[in-house]
Formats: sequence, C-alpha cells, structure tokens
Amino acid sequence: MSSVGAGATLVQVRALANRSLRKTLRQPFQIFPVIFFPAILLAVNASGLRAATKLPGFPTHSYVTFAIAIAFIQGGMFLLINTGTNLAEDIESGFFNRLALTPMRRVSLIMGLLLGVALLGAAQSAIYILLGVVAGAHLHAGWGGAAVILALGALVGVAFGALGCAAALKTGSGEAVQGLFPLFFVFLFLSSSNLPRALLRTGWFHTVATWNPISYLIEGFRSLYIYGWDQTALLRGVAVIAGLLAVTLALVVGALHSRLQRT
Amino acid sequence: MSATPSTAHAGGEASIWRVALAIAWRSMHTYVRRPDLFVPSLVFPLIFLASFAGGLSALGTVPGFRFPAGYTAFQFVFVLCQSAMFAGLFTGFSLAFDFESGFARRLMLAAGDRRGIALGYALVGLARAAITITLVTGVALLAGMRITGNGVDLFGLYGLAALLVLIGYGWAAGVAFRFRSIQAGPLMQTPVFLILFLAPVYVPLGLLKGWIHAIASINPATAFLDAGRGLISGVHDQTAVAFVAALALIALFGVWMLTGLRRAENTGG
Repeated sequence: MSSVGAGATLVQVRALANRSLRKTLRQPFQIFPVIFFPAILLAVNASGLRAATKLPGFPTHSYVTFAIAIAFIQGGMFLLINTGTNLAEDIESGFFNRLALTPMRRVSLIMGLLLGVALLGAAQSAIYILLGVVAGAHLHAGWGGAAVILALGALVGVAFGALGCAAALKTGSGEAVQGLFPLFFVFLFLSSSNLPRALLRTGWFHTVATWNPISYLIEGFRSLYIYGWDQTALLRGVAVIAGLLAVTLALVVGALHSRLQRT
Repeated sequence: MSATPSTAHAGGEASIWRVALAIAWRSMHTYVRRPDLFVPSLVFPLIFLASFAGGLSALGTVPGFRFPAGYTAFQFVFVLCQSAMFAGLFTGFSLAFDFESGFARRLMLAAGDRRGIALGYALVGLARAAITITLVTGVALLAGMRITGNGVDLFGLYGLAALLVLIGYGWAAGVAFRFRSIQAGPLMQTPVFLILFLAPVYVPLGLLKGWIHAIASINPATAFLDAGRGLISGVHDQTAVAFVAALALIALFGVWMLTGLRRAENTGG
C-alpha cells in the first residue's frame, strides 16, 4: 500500500471509529445498562455470596475482589449488543449501503468500527476498575495490573464487538443481534463466575465450567485482583481472548464479504 | 326490553369469561407455536437452576447453613418463585406487544367487557407458568432434589407460586396498559428483578450481613422465599405472612392494572 493509500485508510478508520464512539455515547439507553447492571449484580452478589468466603479454599476474604472480574465480561457482552445493534440499524436505514458505494476500503469499514469498540472497551474497563475501588475491591497487581486490565478490556471488547458486527452483517436485524445476549448469559452462568472451579462440587457443573472458555477469561481478570501476577491464569485468559479474536474477526470478514456482494 | 339486574350481571360475567377464554386460547396457541417465545421461557429457569443449585452447592456447607431438604431444594424454591413472577411479567410483555402491533386496540373495540382482556392475559400467565414450573420441577427431581414436606405443603408451595404469577402479571399489565409499547419492558422487568435478588437468594437471611440484610428483612420476596423453603422442607416459616402479603399485593396490583385499563380505554386503546 502506498503512503497516500495508507493515509487515506487512516482517515477513513478514524472517521468511522469516531462515528461508532459517538453513536454509542449519544444513546443513554445504551450507556445505562453498561454501568447499571454490572454495578447492581456486583452489589447483590458481593453481599449475598459473602458467606462463600468462609468456605475452606476460597482464595480471598473479600467477595467483591473475587466478583469484580465478572463486570469486565459483562461489559464485553454489552459491547456485542450495542455494536451489533448500531450496525444493524445502519443496515436497516440504508446508511451501510450508501457507505459501501463510496470508494472506502473494506478494511477501513471493519477497522473503524472495531477501533471504536476497542476504545469503548477500555473506557468501560476503567469504569469497572473505579467501581471496584468504590466497592472495596483490592487490585493486587497495582497500577501495572490496571493497565493490563484496560488492554484486556479493549481486546475483549473487540472480540465480542466483532461477533455483534458479524451477526448484524449476516442478518441485518437488530432483533437477531439482541438474541445473542441470552446465549452469552448462559456461558457466563455456567462458568466459574460465582465460585472458584476448585469449589464447584457438582460434578457435571465442574466439567462444564472447565470446558467453558469464559471461565478462563474471568480467571485471567480475577488473577490480577487476587494474586497479582499469576502467569498461568493470565496466559490462559490471553489465549482465550486471542482465540475469540481469531474466530470472531474471521466471522466478521466473511459476513462483510457476503453483505458487500449482496449490496 | 331491559334485562333484570341479575341477568345483566350474569350476562356481564359470561361476557368477561368469553373474552378471557378467547384471548387465553389465542395467546397460548401463539406461545407454543413460536420457539422464540417458548424456548427462552423454559431455558432460562433451567439455567438459573443449574447455575445456582449446581454451581453454588458448596454454599450448603458454609457454617451456619442449615436446610433439611438440601441445597438443590433451597435453590429450587428461588427458581420456582422467579419462574412464576417472570411468567406473569412476560405475559405483560405479550400484552404490550399486542398493543404495539395494533391487535390489542382491535380487541378493545371488539370486547363486550374489557375486563375480560385483563382476565384473559392473567389466564395466559398462569398457563405459561404451569408449563415452566412442571419442567423445572421435573428437572430438579431428576437432579436429585429432596422434598421433605408433605402433600399439603406442596399444594401450598404451588399455590404460592400461582399467587406470584398474578403479582408479576398485575404489575406488568398495569405498565403495559399505560405505555402500550414493548419499550416499557425494562420498566416491567427491572423492579421485579431487583426485588427478587435483594432477598436471601443464595443463603438464608441469617447469613446475610450489612445493607443486604437490612433490605432483605423488609423485602416481601424474603417472606415468599422463606415460606416456599418452609413448605418444601416441611419446617414452616413465614407461611401465613407470605400468603397475606401475596394477596395484598395482588389486590394492589389488581387496582393498578384496572386503572391502567381505564386509561387505555380513555386514550382510545
């Protein structure tokens, strides 16, 4: 690619990322659940499940410190819905078709959207870190850990956001994108979200949680809060994010290709 | 020739039931033929049961936790109450959707007595809850749930669940009649979700500490859960309080729903 071409691509990516960010930030009903639901669930679970810290083998005395990791995954799920719904709206309103008729590069279309999602993911993660501080969670890994959480939050945002985009491009329907939310809730519920895997005493549940990649994603975030720098947990979390990124980006590229052919 | 008061009254009652049964049949027919409505309403309670009874079973060994029927039964009662209230709520969603699509407006024009509309959707809520609760009970029994209460206790447990359906429905229908749009869905769902989760969901009230203990102590959902857990285990706790609270809430939300119906009538449906 020539430097002029690269410059034009950058301008296109920046414009689309900017639009993607603004579109979300201007809609209070998209922002409200992102903050409200993780905060409420954290408050309810941290209080209701505090007794779990008395179980032998529970890794911390603070259930808030244990549970805050779930907020980062919930944030990713909300990004999936918001990004997918916004793109589906663009398809339904005809904006996407008009954009596809311009000389804009295909890579700019995807990168612009996903860059916006990455920034939102990092911003959400910063809010959840603050939420944890207010609720009394202790981040054992310190400032360095906070920086890693922001980076992981951005990557989780891109991975989930890309899935939302793929669903929107494939179906062109916001309702279909919303239908993905319960599916991911199931993944979250059948994971080590509420107790460490070692304390999941029901055999089949332990097996499901062990095979569920969301468990490792949560444990990656959680390790920074509870243990500081636990390489195994962190690497497993990063591996799951990398795997999710590979799959969801491939899905979004394929879906974009089909959509543009139809357009 | 005018009808005598008694025959007019009888005619009015017949009209209400005719409308109610027609609506109930139509809505249940739609419900079972649409997997997008039917499947989630069955799957979600099962996921809650699996996640709470399976994933949190270690909580049954926390010091101070005593429940004779075991942790699966302890959580089953929560899932039962949640399924019942949400069956009522989702029926409110259907009502709002019917207003949005224009069907309910036509219904308002056609119905001889519009209270039949409110009654019809209440029957739908009860029927939907019966399907969900039957499945959840079957799965819980297959998972090894123990019931130490007797037959009368179980009758009381499912009777309480039926009252919870009507509470959830009364609230949601009142909102649906006022807003007549599915956009009001979060307004129907969020308060019920909060009330349910600000009760002793995972452990008994005695093991809750701090602000959640204070809220749970005055939350009516705590009485429902305690009564349900008492009935399934045969060790009664708060049973009378729960039934009185449930009947009072049904009366309150009944007024809320009927005034909503009047408002919908006044604004032309």
